[in-house]
Amino acid sequence: MNFSEVFKLSSLLCKFSPDGRYLASCVQYRLVIRDVNTLQVLQLYTCLDQIQHVEWSADSLFILCAMYKRGLVQVWSLEQPEWHCRIDEGSAGLVASCWSPDGRHILNTTEFHLRITVWSLCTKSVSYIKYPKACQQGISFTRDGRYLALAERRDCKDHVSVFVCSDWQLLRHFDTETQDLAGIEWAPNGCVLAVWDTCLEYKVLLYSLDGRLLSAYCAYEWSLGVKSVAWSPSSQFLAVGSYDGKVRTEQRARGRQGPSADRGLTHRFSPQVRILNHVTWKMITEFGHPATVTNPKIVVYKEAEKNPRLALGRLAFPPPRATAGAASNTESKYEIASAPVSLQTLKPIADRANPKVGIGALAFSPDNYFLATRNGDFQVLSLCWHFSGDSLALLSKDHFCLCFLEPEERVGTAFGRPGDHT
Amino acid sequence: MGEWMTVTDPHLSSESKNICQYTSETKMSPSSLYSQQVLCSSIPLSKNVHSFFSAFCTEENIEQSISYLDQEQLETSRREMIGLQERDRQLQCKNRNLHQLLKNEKDEVQKLQNIIASRATQYNHDMKRKEREYNKLKERLHQLVMNKKDKKIAMEVLNYVGRADGKRGSWRTGKTEARNEDEMYKILLNDYEYRQKQILMENAELKKVLQQMKKEMISLLSPQKQKPRERADDSTGTVISDAEEDAGELSRESMWDLSCETVREQLTNSIRKQWRILKSHVEKLDNQVSKVHLEGFNDEDVISRQDHEQETEKLELEIQQCKEMIKTQQQLLQQQLATACDDDTTSLLRDCYLLEEKERLKEEWSLFKEQKKNFEKERRSFTEAAIRLGLERKAFEEERASWLKQQFLNMTTFDHQNSENVKLFSAFSGSSDRDSLTVHSRPRQKKPHGVSNGSPVCASKLTKSLPASPSTSDFCHTRSCASEHSSISVLNITPEETKPNQVGGEGASQKWSMASGPGSQEGCYSGCSLTHTNSHVEKDDLP
Repeated sequence: MNFSEVFKLSSLLCKFSPDGRYLASCVQYRLVIRDVNTLQVLQLYTCLDQIQHVEWSADSLFILCAMYKRGLVQVWSLEQPEWHCRIDEGSAGLVASCWSPDGRHILNTTEFHLRITVWSLCTKSVSYIKYPKACQQGISFTRDGRYLALAERRDCKDHVSVFVCSDWQLLRHFDTETQDLAGIEWAPNGCVLAVWDTCLEYKVLLYSLDGRLLSAYCAYEWSLGVKSVAWSPSSQFLAVGSYDGKVRTEQRARGRQGPSADRGLTHRFSPQVRILNHVTWKMITEFGHPATVTNPKIVVYKEAEKNPRLALGRLAFPPPRATAGAASNTESKYEIASAPVSLQTLKPIADRANPKVGIGALAFSPDNYFLATRNGDFQVLSLCWHFSGDSLALLSKDHFCLCFLEPEERVGTAFGRPGDHT
Repeated sequence: MGEWMTVTDPHLSSESKNICQYTSETKMSPSSLYSQQVLCSSIPLSKNVHSFFSAFCTEENIEQSISYLDQEQLETSRREMIGLQERDRQLQCKNRNLHQLLKNEKDEVQKLQNIIASRATQYNHDMKRKEREYNKLKERLHQLVMNKKDKKIAMEVLNYVGRADGKRGSWRTGKTEARNEDEMYKILLNDYEYRQKQILMENAELKKVLQQMKKEMISLLSPQKQKPRERADDSTGTVISDAEEDAGELSRESMWDLSCETVREQLTNSIRKQWRILKSHVEKLDNQVSKVHLEGFNDEDVISRQDHEQETEKLELEIQQCKEMIKTQQQLLQQQLATACDDDTTSLLRDCYLLEEKERLKEEWSLFKEQKKNFEKERRSFTEAAIRLGLERKAFEEERASWLKQQFLNMTTFDHQNSENVKLFSAFSGSSDRDSLTVHSRPRQKKPHGVSNGSPVCASKLTKSLPASPSTSDFCHTRSCASEHSSISVLNITPEETKPNQVGGEGASQKWSMASGPGSQEGCYSGCSLTHTNSHVEKDDLP
């Protein structure tokens, strides 16, 4: 592995084009397009303000730059550098902007989530969608780009609208039985929509494409619920990662205050990932993330540095060959820790919201064999699989590292029991 | 207890008997077992008791001592009983306390849950209120934004881009709505069909597996029926009938092989039946084994445990011996490999390792030689065929030339001289024609210069020069001489010469380099020899 020279970047805005030929990066208000093989600058565009969001169109012909402060979106063409397009939301403000799957429409979410405006690059038509919901993941396109599911909130109730992307016609509109919808996601086969509720209530609902409720799943009550959801690439399984806090009371020493003294509440979290199957939508298995790993069959790789840091969270692979980050001076290697291994878990502060516990990230391997999960506040920001399913990239704020399996370790059992390699 | 009462003989030596007698009379409150235990415990002490009695108990105060002993025993037993009762009471007390604690905790948990529930409803209510207010604000803001008709909200684009799929956009009509619905349902249906197919396939496979299992189970159980069993239970009768039934079912199932309800039920029921039979059979075997163990029955079908253990011990010993042998052999082998520095032995070893290789190589070599011979034979035949072809072509060309000549003669008028010249010319042209043809000219040995070996290019050149004129004929003559020379020179070609193209031209190389090496040489020779003879003949003919 080799490394190129270091380029300037602002706001972590750096994206490969979908066809893999170009690399777009932002420096302040300039957009730089480079060729992937030579890293030579092919195009340089100047926007009107500091860029907050960059997104390639699906066919890699256009790229949009969103400037939320000014409420502007500028679109550039790769084929014709002199082509330009500017969308000004004016006083409506801009909070989010994204492409439609056909690469010819731009969806702008105005401030306060008042509405979503669909601007067309082909015609003069403009569409408005009212009452979009402001939540973690309110918009979801199907993989084939046919349908758009949008979470809405009307009259204090959650609804989901399904639009046809070709002409932006409303196909279905139904309400959901959630308290406060937190996210929606299409299954890769485009026929089932997973809807999950806020973390105050554990509820996962599954709707068919035509709006029928297929199933509702609830693992437990009262404790913090769903944190992350991921579909398996074959649409057969739905992985639900949760907080799984168990509330325990403990008595403090009763002093002079007597029996009416405050009882201290300690939360003991043992987050689980639960897998639902697509036939019955019931749980078929769950993976625990215990604080101590005692099973001798599980292999734990621990990052060892000069200053011993936190052990890695649960992953499914053996150590990487590349050392983490050429830019940093600290080198680390991975060694196999002997059982029993205690995975360091921080005790969450009980009176803060959004505790940094629970399964924050889930990623299935593209061949459906493995599931990678990130528990707690381990410093991994994202998990990216290679399309062949052989390796996994872990990205943290300053580093990344690559995990891959040796050929003889790829035993083909479903899920490879992520218990087997930790 | 009754039998002890009958012993009344005072002259009995054992004091314990008296004690027995008396203790049996005194009805002690603890159970008889207890008293017997006391007795048993006292009997080992009988010696001490004896001596004690002898010191302490005389004929006179025997009654007193007995009563005293009784009292002691009573006391101890009473004390123990009280102690145990106390302990029991304490434990029960503790148990009650724990139960109470548990109830308290449960109550508290319930209370907390209720608190949580009430707080949750309160929060929800508050949230709804706030949300309604927020919605109102949003509506107001929306109105303001829309009313203002902000000129700035616009899109400015250089030129509109074509759609990704190249089609034109369509209007939103009722028809498009219906079409969208249709498409949506089509997608759903496709997905369901696909999944159903998968499930059906899985079902079929599982059914196959189950049927196989059933067959195997039946076959497992059937050989057992043949052995005569004295302990034959009723179940064997049912086993036979079941197996027959199942065999019939098998055929029925394979006949239908549909996924209808009845077939499925039949399959599962028969599997369950078989499994039950198998289980009972295994249990029977277990019982038999244990019975044998208890009764020591040495049935020929059942091996006693001791024999079994002996066998296992023997086997283990054997295993040990084998292992040791393997170890020693390994060591010897290593020694061999390590200390094989003796030259003779190493060379011998090497030779013997290589002998096989040599044999094989020899075989392969002979194979190669054979193949080479075959190849050469083929090559020779090919060249002969080529030669023949050439000759035929030559003949054809000759005919053509003669025909053209006829034509020409017919067209123009020639006197005798000319005809002679013509003859000469014809001879030469004929020869030139012949020159133009390639090897092997047996039928033309009479004619001068039948052959131009290995000079088809020469030939082509000569054919070009066919409109014969005396000059050309001379040219031909010289050419033919040249070809003659060339023939000789060709003869002198050594085998290594693969390009006999002094004759000139690509054609030669084309013809002959294909058959390079000895083959070509031979072909060359064959052709050349003939040409040689021809040329000799021709030499004579030529002026």
